[in-house]
Amino acid sequence: MHRAAPLLTFTLNGAAVAVPASPGARLSKVLREDVGLTGTKVGCDAGDCGACTVLLDGAPVCACLVAAGQVQGCAVETIEGLTEACGTAQRLQASFLRHGAAQCGICTPGMVASATHLLRETSAPSEEEVLQAIGGVLCRCTGYRKIIDAVLDVGAARPASEPAAGAAVGARIARLDGTRKLDGTDVFGADAIPAGTLLARAVRCPHHRARFAIGDLEDFITRHPGIMRVFTAADVPGENRFGVIPPFADQPVFAEREARFRGEAVALVVGEPAVIEALDLGAFPVAWESLPALVSLDEALAPEAPLVHAERRGNLLVSGRVARGDAEAALASAEVVVAGEFETGFVEHAYIEPEAGFAERVGDRIHVQACTQSPYMDRDDVAKILGIAPEAVRIVPTAVGGGFGSKLDLSVQPFISLAAWHLNRPVRMVYTRTESMMTTTKRHPARIRARAGANRDGRLVALDVEADFNTGAYASWGPTVANRVPVHASGPYFVPHYRARTRAIHTHLVPAGAFRGFGVPQAAITQEQLYDELAAGLGVDPLEFRILNALRPDQPTVTGQVLGEGFGIKACFEALRPHWARAKAEAAAFNTGAPGHLRRGCGLAGMWYGCGNTSLSNPSTIRVGLKPDGRVALHQGAVDIGQGSNTVIAQICADALGVPLARFDLLSADTDLTPDCGKTSASRQTFVTGKAAEGAGRALRAAILRHANAGSDARLVLAEGRIEVEDGGHCRTIDLGTLPLDVNGYALAAEETFDPPTTPLDPDGQGEPYAVYGSGAHLAEIEVDVELGLVRVLKITAAHDVGRAINPVLVEGQIEGGVAQGLGLALMEEFHPGRGENLHDYLIPSAGDVPPIESILIEDPSPVGPFGAKGIGEQALIPTAPAILNAIHHATGARIRRVPATPDRVRAALLAQSAGRHD
Amino acid sequence: MYLRPTTLDEALDALSAGPAPVLSGGTDFFPALGERPFPPRVLDVTALPELAGIAIRDTEIRFGARATWSEITRAPLPPSLRALQQAAREVGSMQVQTRGTLAGNLCNASPAADGVPPLLILDAEVELASRAGTRREPLAQFIRGSRATTRRPDELVTAVIVPRTLDAGRSAFLKLGARRFLVISIAMVAALVEADERGRVRAARIAVGSCSAVARRLPELEAALVGHPVRPGLGSIAEERHCADLAPIDDLRATSAYRREAALHLVRRALDACVA
Repeated sequence: MHRAAPLLTFTLNGAAVAVPASPGARLSKVLREDVGLTGTKVGCDAGDCGACTVLLDGAPVCACLVAAGQVQGCAVETIEGLTEACGTAQRLQASFLRHGAAQCGICTPGMVASATHLLRETSAPSEEEVLQAIGGVLCRCTGYRKIIDAVLDVGAARPASEPAAGAAVGARIARLDGTRKLDGTDVFGADAIPAGTLLARAVRCPHHRARFAIGDLEDFITRHPGIMRVFTAADVPGENRFGVIPPFADQPVFAEREARFRGEAVALVVGEPAVIEALDLGAFPVAWESLPALVSLDEALAPEAPLVHAERRGNLLVSGRVARGDAEAALASAEVVVAGEFETGFVEHAYIEPEAGFAERVGDRIHVQACTQSPYMDRDDVAKILGIAPEAVRIVPTAVGGGFGSKLDLSVQPFISLAAWHLNRPVRMVYTRTESMMTTTKRHPARIRARAGANRDGRLVALDVEADFNTGAYASWGPTVANRVPVHASGPYFVPHYRARTRAIHTHLVPAGAFRGFGVPQAAITQEQLYDELAAGLGVDPLEFRILNALRPDQPTVTGQVLGEGFGIKACFEALRPHWARAKAEAAAFNTGAPGHLRRGCGLAGMWYGCGNTSLSNPSTIRVGLKPDGRVALHQGAVDIGQGSNTVIAQICADALGVPLARFDLLSADTDLTPDCGKTSASRQTFVTGKAAEGAGRALRAAILRHANAGSDARLVLAEGRIEVEDGGHCRTIDLGTLPLDVNGYALAAEETFDPPTTPLDPDGQGEPYAVYGSGAHLAEIEVDVELGLVRVLKITAAHDVGRAINPVLVEGQIEGGVAQGLGLALMEEFHPGRGENLHDYLIPSAGDVPPIESILIEDPSPVGPFGAKGIGEQALIPTAPAILNAIHHATGARIRRVPATPDRVRAALLAQSAGRHD
Repeated sequence: MYLRPTTLDEALDALSAGPAPVLSGGTDFFPALGERPFPPRVLDVTALPELAGIAIRDTEIRFGARATWSEITRAPLPPSLRALQQAAREVGSMQVQTRGTLAGNLCNASPAADGVPPLLILDAEVELASRAGTRREPLAQFIRGSRATTRRPDELVTAVIVPRTLDAGRSAFLKLGARRFLVISIAMVAALVEADERGRVRAARIAVGSCSAVARRLPELEAALVGHPVRPGLGSIAEERHCADLAPIDDLRATSAYRREAALHLVRRALDACVA
């Protein structure tokens, strides 16, 4: 019934091609699905992200905005062709690799193509020219600075260094999975398309809350040949319910009778791809009855509010509490007390890769290949949904094009699993940008009221925090946010009298879940601004105030935990002293001589963040095996979402074993092949999985030494089929071919598990919730256009105690990316459900918005972490926004308590201030 | 049916036979399409030679409807069109500038169209062709409202024409957005100042975008500026009352009150930029 598509002829990567393609199809789709060149990535289908940038007759274009018919007779260059034949692109790729300019890799082909065009026109571009060239490609991981450096430094040829045995930890080595990110061959969720795969699309609720009735599906299917089947709640063989925290699991695969948020799925249409793509889902037979919806905290907390979930009274999902001393009494007697109410909105993760994957039934098992941060959690939930054993589910994570917390929760997995299970055909699903933004979890909007008190001696005495979080329609990570925030809302300071109470409240909005920091960034916006006000009230310098109050190793945290050695917050603040002095002087000098509408200022903020789950077990297990050929197999189940665990875990294991990294073969996450390394969240992979890798490496080393009867200082030299063990002048060779192989095919192997030691929290939140805390402090230097309320960030100086920088390039990458996201949180990002579900209304920082970032790495080793290492993923984001907000106050005297500090909000605050209303 | 004629006559025949959305650079067409199916009948104008190029003639400058932002940026245009060239560099991103066209920007008729204010200050005209003939319409009349123009379904915009009456003027464009690249304007201003031989304002033109359904000129201010010395500080002539006819809205990007105030600041700065 489909006419054969006309033949499109053009030059692709230097070769003439003839492709049957519909002339109206987007070039991006033709390249990826008709030609099979999946190096061109699709992030938005609207020209908003630039990931699909290719060169059309030499000029950069978004392939999603070009109709196939328009390239007739033209020349198209994609990342595949550039990698193969363009020396400029190859030099760029080498420079990107060297600089750590690719993290997740989803924007990388578009970046390389854009930069290639620039360098063909201008061999030695200025930084401004680089910004112009890459400004149309959004990156959510890197903060752009390493990309800019890589383009500017393209001419420098430096050979990659390979660290020797025992020298991997601390080395600035290129990420081990970097090459495939740079040449576009890494396989992301939408890139694997087995032959004969069916396509699925979801029918979603257009209202915040609605009753619905599905009409005549038989008739709908009959009228649309090519649709194989429509699935609804009735087709779920197991439980129509999932959730990341099993006791709170409440989210249906398909809503039943009532949908609780805009975008909730009620049905899935599956069939031949061409038919499903062309389908107008507006014609799907469903009748909606819009119901009154709770769209704000106040509505949800009103006494007569309808209940989002009947069993959760007052729409309260969970509450959290930490109390120590007597905050009320201490505030009453404190010599200086400040108070404020702070608000934040929904924040979208805006990874450039929308959720995607496929599932395939293999006998009585289901294989799910999709982007995810949490393979074993996915496995268990898919099993429950299908009503099969967890072992019958295999989760194969693809490369993840950014996660930041949202890809911990299920997205496409239940749909594709269910359809593939029933139809016994591979089924794939690729979320549109709108679908991704509308339906996947967000950062919790928060409303936080707090009072802080200090005495004239400059010491903090009390903090009282009440925080409400809008957790949306389903639980997701709401309980985690409600429990993590009270532990952290003091910041990294000694606060003798403390009380923090939190609530996660349901509304009829998109579920809020995990987003880099689990509520702690919202709390930091509160506490760090109040501490600046306290310092001002005391007449002391805000940095010296923080140094004086920084938690010492012998002082208890607000949960009564004494961290002991290896908590380097004071060193972080002290490292900022010269920068702070310079920044203040420069701002003052500028303000004396500048035109009236520009004011400069600088601000500070500190942070701490516990690595791993809060008082809950979260083990990781690493297996490492010596293969008969003399290479080492590392079963590394921590999903690398761009942060670099594929590289960091291997570096740790290599040094623990005592052999060069180059001897390692990596097996990345796959629930059939790698033991459980938990989820990639809570800044836990370097710490927890790293510790397991250290343990496994040491255990394998011990096994080898035992076998050779050698001492612990012996040197291991791996060679083809043998190990040479050199011990005090003696050398013993183990012929690996003579050893019996274990079930995994290894001559010698080790498997070690690490679960961070924590204790439960009592009703007052007292206990030891984390074994390790990372900490840090940021200094923001900014300029405010006071007439327009525009804030420009000039520089961020970021000092972080990472314990030990396993790979400094990757640590800097985490810091720079975290800063960029913190800058977005401070200045431009707010998601409004139902409005602006796209990347031109929802703004994330572009290349021109992220200033130079100076990272200062403090290495105060953790006694627990691998080689002393601590987490950095979330830590990096937390202090940026409050530092910027404090800098706005320093520059203008206006205090911004509602983020993002958009131009209109800043201007309104300035007007209110000049009108004398200091509220 | 995907129509990609190679002569204007064929294109006009196609439009007279029945309406079809016009596809050129695709930078508005595809985002508006979203995930809906491709329309059954589309007219792709990118193979029409009559619509190509920028012609700089004695009395007017003619931007063929296919002229892209990148072509405008590179063209050797007089200083009165500097505002248009500055706007061209601020549209979306380089990728968007490579494909997107000035004519498409006008036809899309977004209140935030970056191309409109710099053309309004130049008294630009839009040329439309159909089987019935060719007509020209002042841009100020062509755009009727948000997403609405006077183009009939059987007509094709073939060119945008700028008369060279203000060649001696100097112009500037300022765009206000919440981020550096890929940003939709909160407000924008194009201004032009032409000095007489005594160094006083002979003619001034100011247009404000994103602060009403269609970008607007500020005629009272333009009149008030005449005769003032052309030197820095000229912008201070602009007052709140000059912006009274703007009708900004509250949206995701900013409040109406903010836009109204910001517009005035931008007007002042744009005027000063013209004389800097």
